[in-house]
Amino acid sequence: MARRTFSIGGVHPNDAKISRECAIKALPIPPAVYISVAQHIGAPAKPVVAVGDAVKVGQVVAEPGGFMSAYIHSSVSGTVKSIGPRKDLAGNTQTYIEIAVDGDEWLETIDRSEDLVTEIPEDSKAIIEKIKLGGVVGLGGATFPTHVKLSPPPGKTCEMLIINGCECEPYLTSDFRTLLEKGEQVVVGTAIIKQALGVAKATIAIEDNKPEAIEHIQKVVDSLKAKSGKYAGIEVLPLMKKYPEGGEKQLIDAVMRRQVKSGGLPIDVGAVVQNVATALAVYDAVQKNKPLIDNSVTVTGECFPQQANLLVRVGTPLRFIIDHLGGVPADAAKVISGGPMMGKAIANLDASTLKGTGALLFLTEAQTKRQPESNCIRCGKCAEACPMGLEPFLLNRLYKAGDVDGLEANAVQDCIQCGCCLYSCPAYIPLLDNISMARGQVMGIMKARAAAARAAAEAAKAKSE
Amino acid sequence: MERLLVSPSPHIHSKTSTKVLMRDVVIALLPAVAVSVVFYGWKELLVLAVSVLSCLLLESLITRYMLKKADTICDWSAAVTGVLLALNLPPTTPWWVVLIGAAVAIGVGKMTFGGLGQNVFNPALVGRVFLLISLPTYMTHWEMPKGLFGVDAVTGATPLGLVKEGLLQGGNVADIMAQNGLSYSQMLYANIGGSAGEACAIAILLGFIYLLVRKVIKPWITLSILGTVVAVSAVFSLVDPAQFTDPAFNLLTGGLLLGACFMATDYVTSPMSTKGGIVFGVGIGFITLMIRYFGSYPEGMSFAILIMNSTVPLLNKWFHQKKYGRA
Repeated sequence: MARRTFSIGGVHPNDAKISRECAIKALPIPPAVYISVAQHIGAPAKPVVAVGDAVKVGQVVAEPGGFMSAYIHSSVSGTVKSIGPRKDLAGNTQTYIEIAVDGDEWLETIDRSEDLVTEIPEDSKAIIEKIKLGGVVGLGGATFPTHVKLSPPPGKTCEMLIINGCECEPYLTSDFRTLLEKGEQVVVGTAIIKQALGVAKATIAIEDNKPEAIEHIQKVVDSLKAKSGKYAGIEVLPLMKKYPEGGEKQLIDAVMRRQVKSGGLPIDVGAVVQNVATALAVYDAVQKNKPLIDNSVTVTGECFPQQANLLVRVGTPLRFIIDHLGGVPADAAKVISGGPMMGKAIANLDASTLKGTGALLFLTEAQTKRQPESNCIRCGKCAEACPMGLEPFLLNRLYKAGDVDGLEANAVQDCIQCGCCLYSCPAYIPLLDNISMARGQVMGIMKARAAAARAAAEAAKAKSE
Repeated sequence: MERLLVSPSPHIHSKTSTKVLMRDVVIALLPAVAVSVVFYGWKELLVLAVSVLSCLLLESLITRYMLKKADTICDWSAAVTGVLLALNLPPTTPWWVVLIGAAVAIGVGKMTFGGLGQNVFNPALVGRVFLLISLPTYMTHWEMPKGLFGVDAVTGATPLGLVKEGLLQGGNVADIMAQNGLSYSQMLYANIGGSAGEACAIAILLGFIYLLVRKVIKPWITLSILGTVVAVSAVFSLVDPAQFTDPAFNLLTGGLLLGACFMATDYVTSPMSTKGGIVFGVGIGFITLMIRYFGSYPEGMSFAILIMNSTVPLLNKWFHQKKYGRA
């Protein structure tokens, strides 16, 4: 039987999951970590430690800087050496808290045992508070603060929780390994999120290129269901492998056969999507009092001598990870944080990891260098590939013509920047580069327009009163 | 410090390229080319060689010295035009007529618009129709296949020409077919008078299947042309079988298959969306039959494709694919 998948577009890049057999191993603790205060979407966190303070693993070092923000904890024990600007992996300046490592002393409140806690707390408010205190953010890429996502706006109800185990980007295997090695914790985490949302159904969606994970999670779900009624309603759903299945909108389409309206949120169609790694972080935060201080990072690439999945403390310098595995190979031309389709090229290897860092990928020049651009041959392959049903060739042309109205009318703001258009363009036209620029322009205009409309409405209201 | 490449995502590419796609089209045309050479002999070989070489040369000269751009000869698109033009000409065409056709195809049909991807009309058809209108003597001088080593060429009219002629003289379809010994099996695998590319339906279908398997093209345009031709000619031939030819005859003659599989499916001059492609195909099928039934030309495929080519910008404006999350 043909497996379910999303209904529009998509591409089938070579899987290249060459690190799939590498079990997750803990990376040694580096001599110093550099913890960014901007590791999530929203306002940066505010540091609450001072230079010279002694900190333990799990201690809060920065607190939320607004509603849409998150706690940040020390990932090591030691002394705060400095708080100030450093360059992130793209070369942009951010505030970092530097902590010199001394031993590995954890807060006493954290349960470091391996015992699986399957009891699900009843109170959803208490769960969400614990998730907030644990500094949990979405680890599927967007690093959206999880406690915000689990508090739907009034009037919106969640009908289904979707746990995203697609890992549709080539090369990445950390979610796969997490499913295999921490499957129980992921399923318990799923049940906790389900309880927090007060939703009856949860679906753990896994692409069918990971049959071992599908089988394992199914077993775990069955055994936990037998133990407690709290696990009723959790299902495992294998999906056909297709990129970008793990995109939130595509996943909702694949699982629920519903489409989120342009500009809308998943909750509008009754869906909340959380990543597998986030479910694990929720388990740790709620059941073990362990905040988000480490995450699994796939280190991979055909030119990289040693494939690995490593459990890395947040703030570990990238160079420390790479040197641990033998350094940057001579023929590597590009190092990418994340997958090859949506990851970011790293300009600065002295940057450190963030909560959302999922992979370090090394590609050779032959694998990654773009060919020179040639004329558009109007083959329509970009439109065929676009999972949002957009027409990249048209958006590219409108961008070059500076037609902002045309861009908005043709839905450039719906672009999810998955890269399918550029990936499939036979003329190597930098479609996504241009579309991203256009999208930025159009979204800026839309925001300004909305703000002006709000201001006008308020002014009219004030006048009438 | 390492020297690292930094660029926006995506960081990998599907490995497809214009060159690969165009080369696939040439490969797909090889069965038809082989069959035409076997049936029509060295004359056809000469037509092919002159057509392809002059298309390549002109493309190179024009891009270099007139457009002052990087030479695009290596992208195989000029070769596609050359092969298609040759397959659309009678094997007896003199070399200088082929040369004129190639010059019009590449020079006027393609390069005046700015080269690959910019042209409105299918270049090979622009060349062919130019010759058909300006040098009709050479373009209607058909030769019956005599084989690679045949000496005495028999010249004759194409099946469509024979039928048109016969009908004008007051005959009916069945009699004309019988008198001229026209049979469908003959048309299916070879041995009919006409353009080189019309010689063998099976060779063209083989190439078409190759294009589908390699995912170079989608089948919708071709299927909607064939479907329309079958449906419309079925209605007409049922109403008056004496005056109107039947579906099988129309499918197998007058370069319909070559046009439907290779010319109408040209990326540049066909619509982007599936819906637009279906409208485009229906239009081609319908116009072709109207020209065949009521026009003064015996066959209408070239004109039908060129006419529908001109509607493509409009079809692209009207028909879009369904967007995610929008009505």
